[in-house]
Amino acid sequence: MTFDSAPAIVAVTLVTLATLTIGTWGLRFSRTTSDFYVASRSVRPGLNASAIGGEYLSAASFLGVAGLVFTSGAEMLWYPIGWTAGYLVLLTLVAAPLRRSGAYTLPDFAEERLASRGVRRLCSLLVVSIGWLYLLPQLQGAGLTLELVASAPRWVGPVLVGTVVLVSVFSGGMRSITFVQAFQYWLKLTALLVPVGVLVAVWANDGAPRADLSQAWSLPIGTDTTTGLYATYSLIAATFLGTMGLPHVGVRFYTNPDGRAARRTTLVVLALLGVFYLLPPILGLLGRVYGATPASADTLVLELPGLMVPGWAGDALTGLVCAGAFAAFLSTSSGLAIAVSGVLSQDVVVPLLRRRGSRFGGVAAFRIASLVAVFVPVAGALLTPSVGVARGVALAFALAAATFCPLLLLGIWWRRLTAYGAATGLVTGLVTTGSAVVFTISGSRTGTWADVALTQPALWAVPLSFAVMILVSLTTSARIPAHTTRLLVRLHTPEPTLASPDRRPQTSSA
Amino acid sequence: MRRWLRTPLGTHLGTEADRATFRTLHNASLASPALRGGLTVDSAERAAPHLQALLAAPALAITDTDGLLAWEGIGTHHQEHATKLAEGTLERGATRFYDRVDLECGQAGCPLHSAVVSPLVVDDHLVGTLQAYAPDTSAMMVRATDEVATWVSGQLELAELDASRRRLMEAEVRALRAQISPHFIYNSLGAIASFVRTDPERARELLLEFADFTRYSFRTHGEYTTLSEELRSVERYLLLEQARFGERLSVRLSVAPEVLPIAVPFLCLQPLVENAVRHGLADAQTGHISIRAADSGTECVIEVEDDGAGEDPEKVRNALAGGADSVGLGNVDARLRNAYGDDYGLVVETAPGAGTKVILRIPKFAPGVHT
Repeated sequence: MTFDSAPAIVAVTLVTLATLTIGTWGLRFSRTTSDFYVASRSVRPGLNASAIGGEYLSAASFLGVAGLVFTSGAEMLWYPIGWTAGYLVLLTLVAAPLRRSGAYTLPDFAEERLASRGVRRLCSLLVVSIGWLYLLPQLQGAGLTLELVASAPRWVGPVLVGTVVLVSVFSGGMRSITFVQAFQYWLKLTALLVPVGVLVAVWANDGAPRADLSQAWSLPIGTDTTTGLYATYSLIAATFLGTMGLPHVGVRFYTNPDGRAARRTTLVVLALLGVFYLLPPILGLLGRVYGATPASADTLVLELPGLMVPGWAGDALTGLVCAGAFAAFLSTSSGLAIAVSGVLSQDVVVPLLRRRGSRFGGVAAFRIASLVAVFVPVAGALLTPSVGVARGVALAFALAAATFCPLLLLGIWWRRLTAYGAATGLVTGLVTTGSAVVFTISGSRTGTWADVALTQPALWAVPLSFAVMILVSLTTSARIPAHTTRLLVRLHTPEPTLASPDRRPQTSSA
Repeated sequence: MRRWLRTPLGTHLGTEADRATFRTLHNASLASPALRGGLTVDSAERAAPHLQALLAAPALAITDTDGLLAWEGIGTHHQEHATKLAEGTLERGATRFYDRVDLECGQAGCPLHSAVVSPLVVDDHLVGTLQAYAPDTSAMMVRATDEVATWVSGQLELAELDASRRRLMEAEVRALRAQISPHFIYNSLGAIASFVRTDPERARELLLEFADFTRYSFRTHGEYTTLSEELRSVERYLLLEQARFGERLSVRLSVAPEVLPIAVPFLCLQPLVENAVRHGLADAQTGHISIRAADSGTECVIEVEDDGAGEDPEKVRNALAGGADSVGLGNVDARLRNAYGDDYGLVVETAPGAGTKVILRIPKFAPGVHT
């Protein structure tokens, strides 16, 4: 199948320009306000939720899910379900206490909770690992997309996305990051909703043909009855528990004014994600109905409009889908790059510079860090083979689930957690899921139990990390940080239900 | 690295005496951070193992004037003796030595037959005792315990110094709170009074703003507040000043909403804005003030700028160093450094005739900083 590359190139250019423009000028909009009370205009839960959605809906959601449903069937619906339900766990167990802790990043939370620089450094290492692991499939997806729709060489996509992210960081684009990311959510939703609407209409017009679906395709668990069930549950564990440990999700919660706002935001996120994730499976099913033969599973979404709608209308829809896909690469990549840069600058670059006696300000250190944060995954995307966008992202989720999930849940809900327990648990999670990642990226599949257990490690690695963290904490119970009780009280005390005491009856003024 | 490799093996570990010295210093340095927290159960428990290693005594106890704080080592059934021995020592105020008779425990095979008890003294006050228990006591043991007790007392004195420095800082904040300038109160009330007949609705609004402003400034709890709260107070202040100066004072605020929830030291902006108003309108007919708060990755950058007369950088340097000229500037600077470290002091850009710009950088997270 050949593509007319013009609409795609136009779409990608427009998305890039819009992103950079809103990033740079977003602050300028608010600058024209000369009236007072800017101080009460905190980021509303709705806006913040859109921003979280924009940052969170990555290439895996936009391209990967439809492709997986298309090739492997209903069992792959667990991906979007898990990615949404992760926020339910976050909502009930983590969101409000994490916000009340005052932590900006996950390493901050570890330091505040356990009063240990060592655990903090370990967490920083994990944030960087998870961030890079998550960036890798995004960048590879960008390469794949541009190769398909614009006939560009494979390296163009990663380099382009990396460059745009760096330009927006260097030009101060992160200053109005909330607006940029919120814009990206609605762009992505539109870019799927419109094509899906049109394609469903086309399908209905064709007499609503039914796909010839095999029994195996419609089963919600893996086809292999013994390992399939394990793989499904493992995927559920990774996605349900991994969301809370993603570096770019945690930092967004800091924008909420208080714990209650954090909960409300999460609730809206659940709704926004729920709406979005209705769409990709429809595309996957339509792909089946119309017997699409995409170049790879990840490109189904891009090829389907052209296949079903001929002519300029198809081109326009393809352009729209490309715009959405590119927005997905950009928003997730920049969110991750900023989160990774923040940790790198705080825990690596600034200490290094200080040791060399250099007195760089925070901004310069952040820029140096962002160069490293973007360069490494771009190089990685060019050098390592792709394992598929959704599966690659699932590995990052597994790593987050086996490390930050026990740290957050035990840190928030169990007062006997010690720094030693946390450190050994984190190392356990890192070693188990880390080796699984290396195995998955490098290895060939054999389909044996050991193979399945290593490509889907969450179901055994997460309980193992929990167990290690609890057992080691119990044996080092003399080392419970002194401020634990006070801190936990702070984490769990709701904000006063009455609004601030300054509230007074408003009178109309002349 | 290379130099280390060239050192012949066997000598780089030092002699036995070197190693003993190192061990002693190492144990002392391990005990030191705990003791810098003052004399509490927690700090005593954390310091006791290292002090026990330092003295090489089978058991060691730390008490305050009321009773036992920590027991480290064997023979925990002797704990009841610790309080009694402490009382005896505190009465006399000098290192004392106790033997078998004083330590009667009735347990067969208990090796703790003697104890050396040294008082801990901070600022000429007895605050507690350090007790070393051993099978028998040598003169060396008595002297060693005495020395360690003196060293511990020194550390506790440093802790007291830290605490008093903190108290001083808090006192300065309290002073700052009470330091709403009388001129400001007088001028605001005057401005409000001028509206009472012509525009009673506005007068009422302004009075309420004034009430809210004073309530916030006189607030007594909490070392930190959110940037949102602080900015709201600044806005009220500026409203009142605008009521007084009218068209002469123009203000522009641009604040990234992302940074509003950040925890900032209480009253860290108010003095800077007051300075800006004062300088901005000092000689000129009109003054323009701009306040910006922007998100910058892991920190927030706040700028308070006026287009007034500016100032001699040397004078500003003096003010930051604690000169009496501008209490606000030096105090804010000291509190920022105290909370976030020396990298986060105020930056002031100014020159005569060129206006003044004060820049604060506030990290989004710092251990122990929360509202």
